[in-house]
Amino acid sequence: MPNYTLQVNGTARNVSVEPDTPLLYILRNDLELNGPRYGCGLSQCGACTVLVDGRPTRSCVTAVSSLGAKKITTLESLGSKDRLHPLQKAFIEEQAAQCGYCTNGMIMSAKALLDKTPRPTEAQIKKALAANLCRCGTHNRVVRAVQRAAKEMAA
Amino acid sequence: MRTTICNSRRDFLKAAGAIVVGFSWCVPGVLAQQASPARLPGSLNDNRMLDGWLRINANGTVTIFTGKCELGQGITTALAQIASDELDVAYERIEMVWADTARTPNEGMTAGSQSVENSGTALRYACAEARQILLGLAAAKLGTTADRLTVVDGTVSGGTGKTTYAELAREANLKREATAQVKPKPSSQYKMIGKSVQRRDIPSKVTGGQSYVQDMRLPGMVFGRVVRPPSYRAQLVSFDESAIKAMPGVVAVVRDGSFLGVAAEREEQAIKAAQALRASAKWNETPDLPPSAPGLFEHLQKMRSQDSVVNQKIPTAPVGGKVTTYDATFTRPYQAHASMGPSCAVAQVRDGKYQVWTHSQGVFPLRRELNKVLGVPEANITCTHVEGAGCYGHNGADDVALDAILVARATGGRPVKLQWMRDDEFSWEPYGSPMVMKMRARLEESGGIVDWRHEVWSHPHSTRPVSNPGGNLLAGWHIAKAVAPAPSPNIPQPAGGADRNAVPPYEFPSQQIVLHYITDVPIRVSALRTLGAYANVFAAECFMDELAIAAGADPVEFRLRHMKDPRARAVIETCAQKAGWNAGQKSDGSHGRGFAYSRYKNLACYVAVAADVEVDRRTGKVRVTKAVSAVDAGLIINPDGLIAQIEGGIIQSASWTLKEHVGFNRQRITTRSWADYPILTFPEVPAVEVHLINRPDERSLGTGEGSQGPAVAAIANAVFHATGARLRDLPFTAKAVKVALSDAPSRAA
Repeated sequence: MPNYTLQVNGTARNVSVEPDTPLLYILRNDLELNGPRYGCGLSQCGACTVLVDGRPTRSCVTAVSSLGAKKITTLESLGSKDRLHPLQKAFIEEQAAQCGYCTNGMIMSAKALLDKTPRPTEAQIKKALAANLCRCGTHNRVVRAVQRAAKEMAA
Repeated sequence: MRTTICNSRRDFLKAAGAIVVGFSWCVPGVLAQQASPARLPGSLNDNRMLDGWLRINANGTVTIFTGKCELGQGITTALAQIASDELDVAYERIEMVWADTARTPNEGMTAGSQSVENSGTALRYACAEARQILLGLAAAKLGTTADRLTVVDGTVSGGTGKTTYAELAREANLKREATAQVKPKPSSQYKMIGKSVQRRDIPSKVTGGQSYVQDMRLPGMVFGRVVRPPSYRAQLVSFDESAIKAMPGVVAVVRDGSFLGVAAEREEQAIKAAQALRASAKWNETPDLPPSAPGLFEHLQKMRSQDSVVNQKIPTAPVGGKVTTYDATFTRPYQAHASMGPSCAVAQVRDGKYQVWTHSQGVFPLRRELNKVLGVPEANITCTHVEGAGCYGHNGADDVALDAILVARATGGRPVKLQWMRDDEFSWEPYGSPMVMKMRARLEESGGIVDWRHEVWSHPHSTRPVSNPGGNLLAGWHIAKAVAPAPSPNIPQPAGGADRNAVPPYEFPSQQIVLHYITDVPIRVSALRTLGAYANVFAAECFMDELAIAAGADPVEFRLRHMKDPRARAVIETCAQKAGWNAGQKSDGSHGRGFAYSRYKNLACYVAVAADVEVDRRTGKVRVTKAVSAVDAGLIINPDGLIAQIEGGIIQSASWTLKEHVGFNRQRITTRSWADYPILTFPEVPAVEVHLINRPDERSLGTGEGSQGPAVAAIANAVFHATGARLRDLPFTAKAVKVALSDAPSRAA
């Protein structure tokens, strides 16, 4: 199996896998990252979202061979329980998760949005998250969390 | 038949009034009945030892054991709040252990919105009693009496000084049966109960912590996948075993009857092997599925059924004056749980011992079911709950546990993580049953309902493991030594299953509720959040709206006219007031407002919903713009947690209502991905307002399933208000609404 050097969360990581291996399985199984999750494998739900060069990307359909030296960012690099990113903090404060399986995708898509649009309107947030599915009905809390994070980051 | 019940020595001897040295007894059923111990509150009754519920640790923490599962509903947070208050130990020091056949009480299923009622009640009494035992010890140590002691965060003060629970723990004997004689605290003394404490699991979920069974990694673990038949009753004819075995990374290929599974070193290798296996497998299948809607509903009414009158009220006085009869028929299609995370389990089989980590809603029932299918003694099976994605009822969680075990038996002791693919989840989960509701009512001239009839056709709403005879694990149907499913009994009234909430909450002089219960299930069905209540409340509360309009009455006033229960009235009035309900408000043809009420199961929380909709008359698209709700759930443990359940329920119900139905042809399920099963998305989600009515002196009532029924009916009633079109068939897709709109003028006339 060929070797690939991936730039993940600011560190070069070597893996030896088939070229068509979806990035998701490398992140979860080789690099032991829990943030991106398998939801559909079809780029339909958003649970596996990571940032690739800052753009929200579905890691379940992204072949390792397509990545080259692009910068991959996962939920883990945003912050930790002791040093929370404003988005993570806002999701806790708004209790913006029930089962939380989709939460990774929500935060990563919101991160990409705030990087480009620091003070988004409610409609912009909903549009940015339109392709991220949530089954528990936590949507309104997620929107409030993104608004709260935006406010904190602007302050 | 003679049944034998093993009682503990203590139960038996105590009841027999004897104080002698004894040993474990196995007594015939009749004798055991005489010796039946006093009824204890909540789940304490079936799990009577105090140390089964809590442990005081030397480091100052307290471990609480519950048989209920954390499903993202926040139950472990609510139970920790209860324990904190009853023990006087800081919330942060309470550690929760849940649902593990090796460690926790057996509390059956985490279902039916009953966890706070059952587990919470048990914990209140167990903790109150443990606190008294500890205070008794402290009193002796500090040379005073228990009533002169104070406790702050596990530190006991009074008499000659201070001590702590941790210091007392060694002497405290909690290995004793609960008596429930120590009264839990009155609500006025609660510090944590009633507070919107933040959920304990969320920090891990927002930072990429290990949160789910999907995140488990064990040394030497391999990855498993299954290859299901192409249709329910297809038989495996052949497959190319050697070709699959030769694929990179493949560790095992398992065939047992028509069950096929693979294990590989890497996850993507397991997926590729499963794809190749699927491509090489040949099956015998016959087209034996029912017709799709609308034919489905005619078909359902023609199927063999067990017919019963589940509730009846005979009129006491004859009705005078002019009476008009109204009829309406409502339908609900197959609908899916559609969990975000496909079902997953990790299993390890070593030296005849079976360990499975599972997101099942009932680890003890699962263990019994595994025993039934595998023939392995329960003592050799451990089922440990680890969170999965939200399940909303009986999805593939139990099935995948068996799948993982079947594959793990072939990996030489290496653990197997087996996750279903998205199409496994959509095409094999047990759906919510299709239902037909035929309503008939008679209205007297003065605007009162004098007779009400609700007739429902439905398949079972629970085919969970062990809730009925036969086998209820999917792979168990496909293996060579198959354990076939048996007809599932209905859950009887007053909770009801298929007929849940078919009995009206209103005061009618005469009523009859009829259930046509269809146990033949050509398409797999089981418990989907609310069971039959979603569809029954849809029919009943829309029909109430129709009757109100026929009577020339305001729908809210019309409901109050027929409602006596003061708590129900308060919920209806609060909701109407908070929503700014305006009797007689006219619609502009595309905007409307609807109202509905129900008390879940006629036993749990009271919920009213007022919904605002916007109907695009050109496309037929319905948007729910806002929902306002009022809730009475008795004593509130965690207000924000309760709000989350109600608002989540409204949004999920709006999704079921506007979009969801499972597709199939005469041979196969055709719903296989989110493209085939759209759900509500961010831009489509309504704003939701929830107003709580706290009743500190009433017992806590479950809320996880309280809002779905009122939400669907409020939406349908709002569409009628907006457009004059009565929608009686779910879901209200744009296409269906467009047809209804073109019919509306004639219907309105």
